[in-house]
Amino acid sequence: MLELTKDNFEDEVLNSEGKVVVDFWSDSCDRCLEIMPDVEELSEEYKDDFKFAKLNIKGNRRLAIGQKVLGLPSIVFYEDGEKVEHLSGEDLEAEDIKKELEERL
Amino acid sequence: MSQEYDLIVLGGGPAGMASAIYGSRSRLNTLVLEVKRKTGGQPSTYHDMENYPGVPETTASELMENFRTHAEKFGTEFKRGEVTELNVNGLNKTVKTKKGEEYKAKSVIIATGAEPRKLGVKGEEEFKGKGVSYCATCDADLFTDLDIVVVGNGNSAVEESIYLTKFVNKITMVVIHDEGVMDAEKILQEKAMDNDKIDFVWNSVLEEIKGDGIVEKAVVKNIKTGEKEELECNGVFFFVGRVPNTDFLKNTVELTEHGYVKTNDNMETSSPGVYAVGDVRNKVVRQVITAAGDGATAAVMAQGYIEEEEYWHNNVVNADRPAVVVFWSVTDQNSMDMVSELENMELEDKGYKFLKIDTYKNRLISDRYDIEEIPTLLKLKDGEVAEKLVNPDQEKIKSVL
Repeated sequence: MLELTKDNFEDEVLNSEGKVVVDFWSDSCDRCLEIMPDVEELSEEYKDDFKFAKLNIKGNRRLAIGQKVLGLPSIVFYEDGEKVEHLSGEDLEAEDIKKELEERL
Repeated sequence: MSQEYDLIVLGGGPAGMASAIYGSRSRLNTLVLEVKRKTGGQPSTYHDMENYPGVPETTASELMENFRTHAEKFGTEFKRGEVTELNVNGLNKTVKTKKGEEYKAKSVIIATGAEPRKLGVKGEEEFKGKGVSYCATCDADLFTDLDIVVVGNGNSAVEESIYLTKFVNKITMVVIHDEGVMDAEKILQEKAMDNDKIDFVWNSVLEEIKGDGIVEKAVVKNIKTGEKEELECNGVFFFVGRVPNTDFLKNTVELTEHGYVKTNDNMETSSPGVYAVGDVRNKVVRQVITAAGDGATAAVMAQGYIEEEEYWHNNVVNADRPAVVVFWSVTDQNSMDMVSELENMELEDKGYKFLKIDTYKNRLISDRYDIEEIPTLLKLKDGEVAEKLVNPDQEKIKSVL
């Protein structure tokens, strides 16, 4: 999965054509670390249709808030740079992400 | 094939891990099943830990890591899994997980804890991950220099607010009670009152969360005047109590109307060999130390249960000859006399299995056979009662044996 920072976020996500999925996470978020391997798996499974990326909010907090992300984990879907869906919450499961991916194929 | 254990503990919080420490140390082959990758339960999402006896300087998550290390030292096995089913068939108990794994055990300790209650106010679901939070340590750094509202006034609400002041600009606590009244312990209340970053709105409840894709306002209502006020904020943290994780137990053990597992002082549930400990059971004080205490009690009870049941199973139910069982107690001289009489009768030579049950120590078997008076003598054949003699004389005993 592509590692995002405030330097490449605009190029890789906002100015990117097609479908992008961004996993917002941090080291202090247990749930983020738990579902990360599942997200990695999904990124392989759906690599033909989606670009997967992750953003560690440490040092990128302003960027996260700019994307209206104020809670982790957050999985945000973009289409041609437009934010189209935001999944979040401690109870977020890999199945929920997979379901969203299927719907957006 | 399912794996077999002596003891399975459902949940890896402080109550569950204390059970595991005691269980493993008593040589019970013990498994802890935990839903999350990180064990530690509720305290692992908190920061401060100031009241665990003997450990004055620690954090909640550090203490929980030590619980785990301690359990592993005695051989506890940890696995991940969300239990969806518990079936009890005498000494055989089966646990099934969401992913379909199956484990068997002789005794089960329920330590599944409780999860944060959702208030269900307008906007709560919509702004999840967009400013609504239930976990301070998870989300604190996102709110650096921002303003937040905290709903709740119990120990967790106050402790977490104090922790959050290290990050945020300002906290407004919404408290349902009169000015100066909070559910939290006095020492915590004082800390909060003295903290410049914490303000209070009294006699109030949260009514709605508003914003455009992200939390911008919290609408609070004064329950005395009915007046509503909009508080500008970037986040709303909920610490309004917890609900027990017991949905999977509805047909296995008795629950209270609020879903907590009913237990007695020995952590026994309505199902023999199944115990409940910590926040999941019906009790008043929910602290790490009381959870650990529950765990110790349950593990000791479980060990006794397994010993007694196996003994009974091997000597009575599966015995190749009839069994004579005398129920006695050291507090009853009559019963002690009868035990020595029976010992002199050389029952083993006459083709009987002879067992003594101390009714003080072994209530389970005594209760199962409705032993109300001692001494009582039972003659069992193929596990079924053939004769029950309450306080019999020597003649009576001889006529039966």
